Amino acid sequence: MGGNMKKIIVVGNGMVGFKFCEKLHQADQEKNFEIQVFGEEQWPAYDRVHLSSFFEGKAKDELLLAPREWYENRSIELLTNTLIVQINRNLQVVIDHLGNKHQYDYLVLATGSSAFVPAITGVEKKGVFVYRTLEDLEALKSYASHCKSAAILGGGLLGLEAAKAALDLGLQTHVVEFAPRLMARQLDDQGALLLKTKMEELGIQIHLQKTTSEILGNGKLKGLQFTDGSFLEVDMLIISAGIKPRDELARKTGLAVAPRGGIVVDDHLKTSDPNIYVIGEAASHRGLIYGLVAPGYEMATQVVNQLIGKEVKPFEGFDMSTKLKLIEVEVGSFGDALGETPGSKPILYKNKTKGIYKRVNISADGKRLLGGILVGDTSQYGMLHQFFQNHMALPPEPEDLILGNRGGKSAQGFGIDALPDSAQVCACENITKLHLCQAVQEGNQNISSLKECTKAGTGCGGCLPMVNDLLNSELKKLGKAVKTTLCEHFSYTRQELLDLIKIKEIKTFRALINEFGSGQGCEICKPVVASLLASTWNEPIVKHQHIQDTNDRYLANIQKGGSYSVVPRIAGGEITPEKLIVIGQVAAKYQLYTKITGGQRIDLFGARVDQLPDIWEELIAAGFESGHAYGKSLRTVKSCVGSTWCRFGVQDSVSFAIEIENRYKGLRAPHKIKGAVSGCIRECAEAQSKDFGIIATEKGWNLYVCGNGGSKPQHALLFATDLDSKTCIQYIDRFLMYYIKTADPLTRTATWLNKLEGGIDHLREVVIDDSLGLGEELEREMEFLVNTYSCEWKEVVENPQLRARFKPFINTEEPDSSLQFEPLRGQKIPSNWV
Amino acid sequence: MERETIFWFKAAPIHAFPIDSGACIKYLDQQIAVFNFSQSGEWYACQNLCPHRMQMVLARGLLGSCGEEPKVACPFHKKTFSLKDGKNLNGDDCHITTYPTKIEGEYLYIGLPFETSQSEKAENIT
Repeated sequence: MGGNMKKIIVVGNGMVGFKFCEKLHQADQEKNFEIQVFGEEQWPAYDRVHLSSFFEGKAKDELLLAPREWYENRSIELLTNTLIVQINRNLQVVIDHLGNKHQYDYLVLATGSSAFVPAITGVEKKGVFVYRTLEDLEALKSYASHCKSAAILGGGLLGLEAAKAALDLGLQTHVVEFAPRLMARQLDDQGALLLKTKMEELGIQIHLQKTTSEILGNGKLKGLQFTDGSFLEVDMLIISAGIKPRDELARKTGLAVAPRGGIVVDDHLKTSDPNIYVIGEAASHRGLIYGLVAPGYEMATQVVNQLIGKEVKPFEGFDMSTKLKLIEVEVGSFGDALGETPGSKPILYKNKTKGIYKRVNISADGKRLLGGILVGDTSQYGMLHQFFQNHMALPPEPEDLILGNRGGKSAQGFGIDALPDSAQVCACENITKLHLCQAVQEGNQNISSLKECTKAGTGCGGCLPMVNDLLNSELKKLGKAVKTTLCEHFSYTRQELLDLIKIKEIKTFRALINEFGSGQGCEICKPVVASLLASTWNEPIVKHQHIQDTNDRYLANIQKGGSYSVVPRIAGGEITPEKLIVIGQVAAKYQLYTKITGGQRIDLFGARVDQLPDIWEELIAAGFESGHAYGKSLRTVKSCVGSTWCRFGVQDSVSFAIEIENRYKGLRAPHKIKGAVSGCIRECAEAQSKDFGIIATEKGWNLYVCGNGGSKPQHALLFATDLDSKTCIQYIDRFLMYYIKTADPLTRTATWLNKLEGGIDHLREVVIDDSLGLGEELEREMEFLVNTYSCEWKEVVENPQLRARFKPFINTEEPDSSLQFEPLRGQKIPSNWV
Repeated sequence: MERETIFWFKAAPIHAFPIDSGACIKYLDQQIAVFNFSQSGEWYACQNLCPHRMQMVLARGLLGSCGEEPKVACPFHKKTFSLKDGKNLNGDDCHITTYPTKIEGEYLYIGLPFETSQSEKAENIT
């Protein structure tokens, strides 16, 4: 350690204090700082937000944000069980409860808050608890074992959390609130009333407008006496009436403290002493205390940036929007939820039958969304929050925001051009649209250089399609031709490459890149070419192992920790008891974690590479085939039970689903394809959320196309009605083949259709009216692919050379010992994911 | 980096490696990813651990090039690394260690830093 290191002392090892250590360690590349942390509790920092999961049986260790080794490995000195009792600002020293002195250059107070306990007579009685620390929870839990009922004092966010805990402990639960409604700060009367109704349905009794005058009982609590004369008999009381910032240390040392508590900080989170910062719930910023973790984290980042000398924007308060699931009830609240802005106009939607309440508050000029409330259904929260946060212009009929578009003129798209410059595109790295546009204008005109320059899309990668659209739209504005060439190795589009492969009869990646490309290829073009070769020649994909992404290379899905999961095909979701038993036996033998998938089949997780061929040998012997869950190919054709059993069914949906799934199994495409067949209009197979969906009618089948679930759900569109089975298959043949031939890489059918000129009408002309004269060719190509299908796993299992590729090491037969698992609910999960 | 002392670990016969692709070698507790380009006859070795999420998977990544730079893409999140110097090519802050390779008599050898050798494999030192 160098001699001129600055010493940082962090007082408080809560969530915010921990985040500060993490951020500072990360940012301090030059090792300028030495960190020492004091925590008064016996455990290192734990996840207070999910404290109630402690009652769901989660162990204490699982709640820790990081084990002690985490601090040791980073040379952060952590002293738990140690309370700092004094600060000597002149000497820059803190003194702990044992009298030890610790020198600091900068002091960061992250002392957090304690539960606010109102001064009610009898509050000291046995059976009265607060809900704040793990210690509180342990005490509460052990006392509860002798109790039948509990009252929670406080009907806010924290109080309802505590109510959930009491419910989990099997107690008759009462919530006592002084205000006339629950969550008074986040919800209006109607929203709170709905929440109350839902809570009551779950067996929680809600008592509103009750002021407790005395806690009765002889040494031990017996009940609550209210000022209105009524009495509530309970065995225990949990006080959750708010928080009180821990500012006593600051008070003693003469730092400015706000009248209602909290250590006063400026916009740079500095106290009246320039060497002392405060972050988290102990800070009073512009008169406000922030009792959520997100603003605390933001403060931690701010201070870290200041310490390492990075330019910082002043802390300007924080959006206190919340979305959460409270005891089975979804609740969202954002911005000016109660409509307190002068002139604001609310739009309300209430559905008592469904238990849904929505409210948005529109500005006086009708142009901006000020805030809102969602109870019972928070699915629109993300979209509404975007509108609110980015000050986006509202649609002409603002009620569409909560009601959805109800026919008529189609709603304005939320396309990339509609987004304001301030819109956050990449949430992981906090990159705005403006930031990206500028980077494009400065010359970052391909996706990789844009990613490298801005870091957008380098976290979870979920925003990459949006980043790409933005790049193309910006390039167009700059007057540059946008040609979606594949990557630096091929200046052709996917469609052009497909034509070249076909016309020139190219069968390998090497031949294609030698003749039409340059370099050695990459992770973009190799899998695309693999898919094109498969869609054209349908040779076993194991032949092109070196250009397959890892899932296609090992014919299984890679999972956390590097093990693989195995999904046998269960066409239409129909399986005999005998085959079900085989899956169970295989899973038990290889100790695989089993889970039912959304596509009506069974996923077996946690197989080592070298176990895959053995597992498949057993599955194939029992008559299973590859489910292609690893491929950009047909996954499942889901079905409901249909007319064979169901009293409503009008067609045999299972038989048709099996026929279709077997027809298209193994079909390689630009992206995964999912289908479904429903036996009647009730649509139990959810066919309208699939790439192709079939719904039975009295006369035949209705065909829907281009739907998907996922991050941007889109309903499939009705394509043709009352088809017989043969025509229905003919249309799907043409539709899928046209998609395979014309879509960009990694584009689902829904996105493909959205970009297709002429849209669904054009698609109908091509498929039904054969306007391009392609019909027969498309059918012939599909027929070829159907006829040349073979199970990839069968080939591997039967071929010793291919089998030999499934081992972790070339130079030894040992299995990979880096794979590690831990138990969860009687099964296993991977444990080494950082 | 100064490379005062390396020793050449005799990894495996070259025909055991898949062409234009990656494979993993185990040396003591260390996992080393090995790649070859059949066109140019180049061989590369690097750590098997992807530093992004600490996963032992780079050998299962796709091989490729970025300009003249040979590279590998991690199968998990497509972080790409130069096989020449281990530099991250996405502009991220994580890099990997690469090792020199040589072929002698149909065998691939990997040059490992001496301290990893832990003395008992001393017969491999050339």
